[in-house]
Amino acid sequence: MLRLSISEKLVKNLVILGGGTAGTMAANKLRKKLSKTDWAITVVDQDDKHIYQPGLLLMPFGVYKPEELVKSRKRFLAKGIEVVTDTIDVVNAEANTVTLGSGKTLTYDYLIVATGTSPRPDQTPGMDGEEWHKSIFDFFTLEGAIALRNKLETWEGGKLVVHITEMPIKCPVAPLEFCFLADAYFEERGMRGKVDITFVTPLEGAFTKPVASAYLGNMLDDRHITVEPDFMIESIDDERKVMISMDEREIPFDLLVTVPLNMGADFVAKSKLGNDLNYIPVDKQTLLSKKFNNLFAIGDASDIPASKAGSVAHFSIDLFAENFVDHVEGKPMTELFDGHANCFIESGHGKGLLIDFNYDTEPLPGTYPLPAVGPFSLLKETRINHWGKLGFRWAYWNMLLPGRPMPVSSLMSMSGKRIPQTTK
Amino acid sequence: MPVTELAGRQVHVNEEGFLTEFDEWDEELGKALAELIGIEMTEEHWKVIRFLRDDFKAEGETATTRRLATVGGFPVKEQFNLFPKKPGKKMSYIAGLPKPHGCV
Repeated sequence: MLRLSISEKLVKNLVILGGGTAGTMAANKLRKKLSKTDWAITVVDQDDKHIYQPGLLLMPFGVYKPEELVKSRKRFLAKGIEVVTDTIDVVNAEANTVTLGSGKTLTYDYLIVATGTSPRPDQTPGMDGEEWHKSIFDFFTLEGAIALRNKLETWEGGKLVVHITEMPIKCPVAPLEFCFLADAYFEERGMRGKVDITFVTPLEGAFTKPVASAYLGNMLDDRHITVEPDFMIESIDDERKVMISMDEREIPFDLLVTVPLNMGADFVAKSKLGNDLNYIPVDKQTLLSKKFNNLFAIGDASDIPASKAGSVAHFSIDLFAENFVDHVEGKPMTELFDGHANCFIESGHGKGLLIDFNYDTEPLPGTYPLPAVGPFSLLKETRINHWGKLGFRWAYWNMLLPGRPMPVSSLMSMSGKRIPQTTK
Repeated sequence: MPVTELAGRQVHVNEEGFLTEFDEWDEELGKALAELIGIEMTEEHWKVIRFLRDDFKAEGETATTRRLATVGGFPVKEQFNLFPKKPGKKMSYIAGLPKPHGCV
């Protein structure tokens, strides 16, 4: 008995909330780095369905079937990681405990919050009412993407509005990709002339960063897609099928594809850990909580000023795992994250673009990952970029989640990038 | 960073004309900046600008329209009435602060 209690006391508990992209990668990387006799690792998630989220964008256009995008979470968590399927009620960060929905309490030495961000259509009046999944759709949930696919199969045309509610959102380029893919989809079905496409955004232009915004804006023009900028939505009148902005502009629609307000998990608010959108304030280079020295927030759950995207989770967690080990040993964290992100952008007709950027450097033209050689082209439409996007699904399940190294750098590199003359 | 003359003094601005030095700002300068974008400051305008200045000092970043509504108690609709079309950009411009991020 005595021996048991001593050894129990020595084992430290690392609890990871959320078994998505960030939580799974972190758990697998840390399981390799932390000795099993000293550390127990527990991952909590509400279900056993891991969704390949980049695939949701393509699903409405019939590219994937639902079963191709969903796998068991447990299957991707390494041996020696305990998985608890339960909801999270509240974290008491002063007492180092997590209370689960079932009433069970977990005690931790270190906590990693990786519960992501979710679309919240309930936050805009009229969005999730009578017309929800009838003429108003989201596509970043499995249910939304399936409902939209069914709708598009029989839709006869009219006003299609693609809309962003408020930044930040999961994958900021996805709504633009949706516009490009819709343009190609309707053209291939011989009905592009019957569809009027408008892109409605709270931003000043097509994208958040100037060089890419100008380039992507031209791509919208070329495809006869109208942009309505600076549109901050107040409500949707679902009887008249009209969106109304704060400054009383009205935009009518027959089919609205919206990205609802994105928010972090509700337990974050209940635990008083988050900001006004339930994202946890952390140091943007180390992901350590600004308030608690044994709490990190990784992936979309943190407030770092970067895209809420799998690539950011991937690059930051490569460095995070090194930092975590140093931090628990009382050493300074030296692997500082630079906000590196890269995203394939589908542009329709079997082509795509790639953008690569970080906190300080906006997306620029050039080649990636190697100068001149590529094989991918930055901010330019090519077939290889499209194949890169499709091939990534394999890499996601087989390399990324298990925590195997990918052949690209975690930090952004300027090699291969060109700075256009017009940029200041 | 370029230097420009505003309200009879030299101030540092970025390429979009936003002030870059927190301490170079005062309400006289705020009034001059507001005039440049066609806004006549009233007490209602100043309440928002003062909140933004205090909040930036405490938090180190410019409050978003959402934060102004939830923490500051200025409904988004009112922000649009006071600073038409682009409240986020106009409010931060007048307050001598960087544009709010959240745009990434």
